[in-house]
Amino acid sequence: MHDFLTGPMFYVSFSVCIIGLLVRLILYIRGLAWQLDRVAYRAYPGLGWNGAIRSVLSWLLPFGTSSWRQQPLMTILFFGFHFGAVLIPLFLVAHNLFLKSKLGFSLFTIPQLLADTLSWMVVVSALLLVFRRIALPEVRILTTAYDYLIIALSTAPFITGLLARYEVGDYGFWLVMHILCAEILLIAIPFTKLSHIILFFASRTQLGMDYGIKRGGQKGTSMVW
Amino acid sequence: MPEGKLCNKKPVENEEALKALLADTGGQQYYKEMKELDVDSKLLWGTIEKTCKTRMRTWLEICAHCGMCADSCFLYLVNDRDPKQVPAYKIQSTLGKIIKAKGKVDNEFMHMVMETAWAKCTCCNRCGMYCPHGIDMGVMFGYVRGLCYQQGFVPWELKIGAGMHRVYHAQMDVTDEDFVETFKWMVEENEEDYPGLTVPVDKVGADIMYTVNAREVKHYPEDLAEAAILFHIAGENWTVPSSGWEQTSLSMFAGDWGACKMQVEHVYAAMERLKPKRMVGTECGHAHRATVIEGPYWAGRKDGKPPVECIHYVEWVAEALRTGKLKVDPAKRIKQPVTLQDSCNYIRNSGLKEVTREIISHIVEPGYFVEMSPNKEHNFCCGGGGGFNGIGLFRPQRNKALITKRDQIINTGAKLVIAPCHNCWDAIRDLNEEYKVGIKWSFLKPLLISMVEVPEHLKPEE
Repeated sequence: MHDFLTGPMFYVSFSVCIIGLLVRLILYIRGLAWQLDRVAYRAYPGLGWNGAIRSVLSWLLPFGTSSWRQQPLMTILFFGFHFGAVLIPLFLVAHNLFLKSKLGFSLFTIPQLLADTLSWMVVVSALLLVFRRIALPEVRILTTAYDYLIIALSTAPFITGLLARYEVGDYGFWLVMHILCAEILLIAIPFTKLSHIILFFASRTQLGMDYGIKRGGQKGTSMVW
Repeated sequence: MPEGKLCNKKPVENEEALKALLADTGGQQYYKEMKELDVDSKLLWGTIEKTCKTRMRTWLEICAHCGMCADSCFLYLVNDRDPKQVPAYKIQSTLGKIIKAKGKVDNEFMHMVMETAWAKCTCCNRCGMYCPHGIDMGVMFGYVRGLCYQQGFVPWELKIGAGMHRVYHAQMDVTDEDFVETFKWMVEENEEDYPGLTVPVDKVGADIMYTVNAREVKHYPEDLAEAAILFHIAGENWTVPSSGWEQTSLSMFAGDWGACKMQVEHVYAAMERLKPKRMVGTECGHAHRATVIEGPYWAGRKDGKPPVECIHYVEWVAEALRTGKLKVDPAKRIKQPVTLQDSCNYIRNSGLKEVTREIISHIVEPGYFVEMSPNKEHNFCCGGGGGFNGIGLFRPQRNKALITKRDQIINTGAKLVIAPCHNCWDAIRDLNEEYKVGIKWSFLKPLLISMVEVPEHLKPEE
């Protein structure tokens, strides 16, 4: 099982994720329509990209927008979850050793203590996000089973990863479970809401261009997100 | 009965049909027929497949259901935080469902969609600023209105309004002759006080082509006189087109995209004909949005611009004050607490927040201007935007919606609200009436006339 998951299954899930995301991005861009969207994307590339970059960066920064500032608890949970969810898969030492052995290259790595902290932050934030979904009527009304599935899919690799890391019970079992959950997640990404990994940037760029080109950018006033 | 006599999928194309609709007081018969109206699912789905592209599909798909948009929506806040007023819920339960069902929805469902699109969203676009993914539900409801209109599920007044544009190229039954005559008459009325005051009609190559809101012609003709007087005092080389003078678009509120295109092309034709250096539009938010911001796209103009540079009235005023074309007598500046209504259509959606403050710095004595909170691009809708003001069927919902602006105004302590937008102006008038607030509200023109210096050579001989 371990060999299968770290062998062929790794290559398959990894490729599905990367190629899938690229396809989603290409389809997104190809589906943009200047007249239907009512944004002259091509006519003002400078203004467009200026608006786009401001739109993306403001939102990547914790408390960087009015919306983040008005909902501090949500902001902390959101970034608590996403910091780990992005950094751990990419920069954990163990992941990079694995990457090096499989693909012949590795990335920058983060210290174990930081990795542990971030992983715990992911799990705790996910739990609190679930709690928030149930507790707040304005979120409860929007919530579907699909939303819980997405949270489960994206948190499972962290829970199993921590169980393996602390060697709770059978290390080998948890390691296999961890790899399995991670590969399921990788495959799910392009086909579900998790595609927001790339489409977040696409969508924010689009609205940033809208504001940069059409809704005020030409008047020399910048949108205060 | 698939199609009603008054309520049907056909746009209003002639005067006779308009009169029939108008004769149906309050749309009683119209709404009765709507209850029987069939949904053409094939048409609905076909339209969605052609026009709902990746931007909107992605918005609907990646919405994380996080609810962060809730607090951004004044209708959610003012309706006691009703979860059914959360923007994401409103769009997922309407457009989201129509798409999931591939257009197979029934009459009752379309009634719900109509109420959501016109009474639970004013297309103010504020939610789009508060969503991490940048999902603009105002844009989507603008689209939903188009789908509703095509199926005949559109409020009675807006079916009429869109029809007016198709028949008169104006939002009301104001003909080109009515416009020119009224403008000339209003100018004559003021000739004594302002010798030499004229309204140049169809002058080719003027610096400014001025466009208006038809209701100024019909109900507030003094606004036309004020515009003429201010251009006169500023020494502007201006003109009005005898046709193509209507800047507004109730068809935009109605979702009648065909009429939208027809209307702006009519105005653009006047620009091509008269070749002015610029067009200046009156103090109206949606008129600017329709003719200057969205119009070029309806007309298929790839640069997203009208044929000549078009500015909002506040931009002209700011420029005239800046360059000294208009000089304010410092003794006559406003010396009472005053606040400013930021119109969604040209502040959030056209970036004119600084220009309006520049005007304030000229016309208000320092220390008397109080900002609303929130303000500028974060300001709340007046409560009557997107056609909400004009829909009798949804009047109770509209009146409730006004409470947000009422409280914003009361919290400033100001007794005067400057509202350079027809829709906002109406909403503020109505909230004052409905809730007995005891405030005054005004466009910029009358305020300016009360305080600008008239150059010696333009003064009447004693």
